[in-house]
Amino acid sequence: MVSDGIAEALAGQQQTARRFEPDRVFGIVNASLVLLLLASMLYPFLYIAAVSLSSGAAVTSGRVLLWPVDLTLAAYGQVLSDRLFWIAYGNTLIYAVGGTLMSLALIVPGAYALSRPRLFGRRVFNFLVAFTLWFHAGMIPFFLNMRDLGLIDSRLGILVGFACSAFNVILLRNAFEGMAPSFEDAARLEGANEFQLLRYIFLPLSMPAILTVALLCLVTRWNGYFWAMILLRGEEKIPLQVYLKRIIVDLRADDAAAARLAHASDYSFETIMAAIIVVSLVPIVAAYPYLLKHFNKGMTLGGIKE
Amino acid sequence: MPSKGFRTDVSGLSSSHAVDLRVRAKAIAKRLREDWQLYLLLAPLAIWFAVFLYKPMLGLRIAFKDYSLFLGYSGSPWIGLENFWSLLTDDQFLRAVRNTLAISAVSLLIAFPAPIALALMFNEIASAKLRRAAQIIVYLPHFISVVIIAGLVIALASPSTGPVNVLRSRFGMEPIYFLTVPEYFRAIFIASNIWKEAGFESIVYLAAITGVSPALYEAARMDGATRLQMIRHITLPSILPVILVMLVIRVGNLIEVGFEYIVLLYQPATYETSDVIATYIYRVGLQSNDYGLAAAAGLFNALVALLLVWGANRVSRRASTGALW
Repeated sequence: MVSDGIAEALAGQQQTARRFEPDRVFGIVNASLVLLLLASMLYPFLYIAAVSLSSGAAVTSGRVLLWPVDLTLAAYGQVLSDRLFWIAYGNTLIYAVGGTLMSLALIVPGAYALSRPRLFGRRVFNFLVAFTLWFHAGMIPFFLNMRDLGLIDSRLGILVGFACSAFNVILLRNAFEGMAPSFEDAARLEGANEFQLLRYIFLPLSMPAILTVALLCLVTRWNGYFWAMILLRGEEKIPLQVYLKRIIVDLRADDAAAARLAHASDYSFETIMAAIIVVSLVPIVAAYPYLLKHFNKGMTLGGIKE
Repeated sequence: MPSKGFRTDVSGLSSSHAVDLRVRAKAIAKRLREDWQLYLLLAPLAIWFAVFLYKPMLGLRIAFKDYSLFLGYSGSPWIGLENFWSLLTDDQFLRAVRNTLAISAVSLLIAFPAPIALALMFNEIASAKLRRAAQIIVYLPHFISVVIIAGLVIALASPSTGPVNVLRSRFGMEPIYFLTVPEYFRAIFIASNIWKEAGFESIVYLAAITGVSPALYEAARMDGATRLQMIRHITLPSILPVILVMLVIRVGNLIEVGFEYIVLLYQPATYETSDVIATYIYRVGLQSNDYGLAAAAGLFNALVALLLVWGANRVSRRASTGALW
């Protein structure tokens, strides 16, 4: 009996060892793959930071791969002394903050109204919102419409023209719909009107959802370049991303600009481009912990349901 | 909605129907009056949707016109389907359709499974610290603009200073100007897209994996299953519904290939593989001002997109969890 038990235990142990051998290998392989992956995720950032801190000559001669060579801040000096860079930065702030406020001003009351079952025609309105997720007129009619409205080369056009999206409306509407009716009932008994209900009941209680929408708007605004590139003509109005695009993509093909930079040795086209990328990454990276915290929460609440 | 007496009460039809309508109209007017506050709250949003999303749909009629800026919407002559015939005989447009399909298909094959694989890998990391660090790193590019991503790609792929070509030249190989070679475009585009989005997209799958009952793994461990077997027989089947929903959404958006990013990376040398429908519309319409033709291509694009979403929605409705919206 006893020996049987020992034998069984031994066999079990052997089995355990055998069973977990592949798991050990698997764990090591998996961890190595993940580390490799992380290296490939980080490398572009490290490389661009290294280039931005290196001398133009070192980059041009191909000596920068991971670490800065001939450490210098010359490229940053060039970037930060460009007046247009600061104008573009300021414009982005205007578009991001102003645009987000505009979005909330339109979407919050609208989504509240759409969430009320008593709203006559609610189904039609909701369908008209959702339909724009499936079908849109496209680039050309949208552009011509902006032109007809006189919103070409206009800050107002950027702020207003991109204020809403069906996705954000639906997200907020669902949040409002999901609220317990007891608060509302109590407030109604006290004689609250719709404005008061929204202001004192729904707004504070839906703050997480509203913040999510605000962050979505902010990030979209901060990163958007395409329509700003199409609609804005003047250098005084373009946001940072269009400024970046002009330097990164357009200047690359511009030989005159390259020639202008060629005579300098402490900075070059590459180091300036890298410095611009780093400088425009700073706000996103700074806000990142907050974004992360909130988007993780928002992912669960953001799921579109019906 | 007609009243019940509409068909049977023939003699009193007109009067009772009219009364009925009047009653209904009154009831509606009463509700509108009572709920004016709600309509006031809704009005700005409704006007915005009308002006910026629905009014352009009326503008789509230029797809059937020989539109010129001077003649305007109503002055430009109708030409029926001529713009569409022009498209069908335009090699550039056909090439754009082919490229769109090719990029979508390869994305579906490679970029769709990538976040699933990532989620599975992350889930198997034993150290909670490493897992957290890994997540923080891979989510970051999602929040970065495509302009910066394009800048990174341009820097990394640079023929003279980019690390790939620097290494090549150190080994005595000729540098390659990657962004001007049509054969490399799709690989660069899709790989950098995966680099940017796979991490963030894995969140959905990680959340699904967290929901799998630990009892299943416990039972499997008792039966001597390896971790690889557990992935295959427990994790994957458990998150299959989520995978299917994501697949349906992906198929619905198949025709959207991220043209804002393509516009930054492509150049005439690579149009052969990089020019997609949206970039074609952008060039023809906004750069060459051939609005009618571009609007026709846009309408074609939008209709295909609508068809795809509708089809995907139907499939998902039938498949499991219900319609997407």
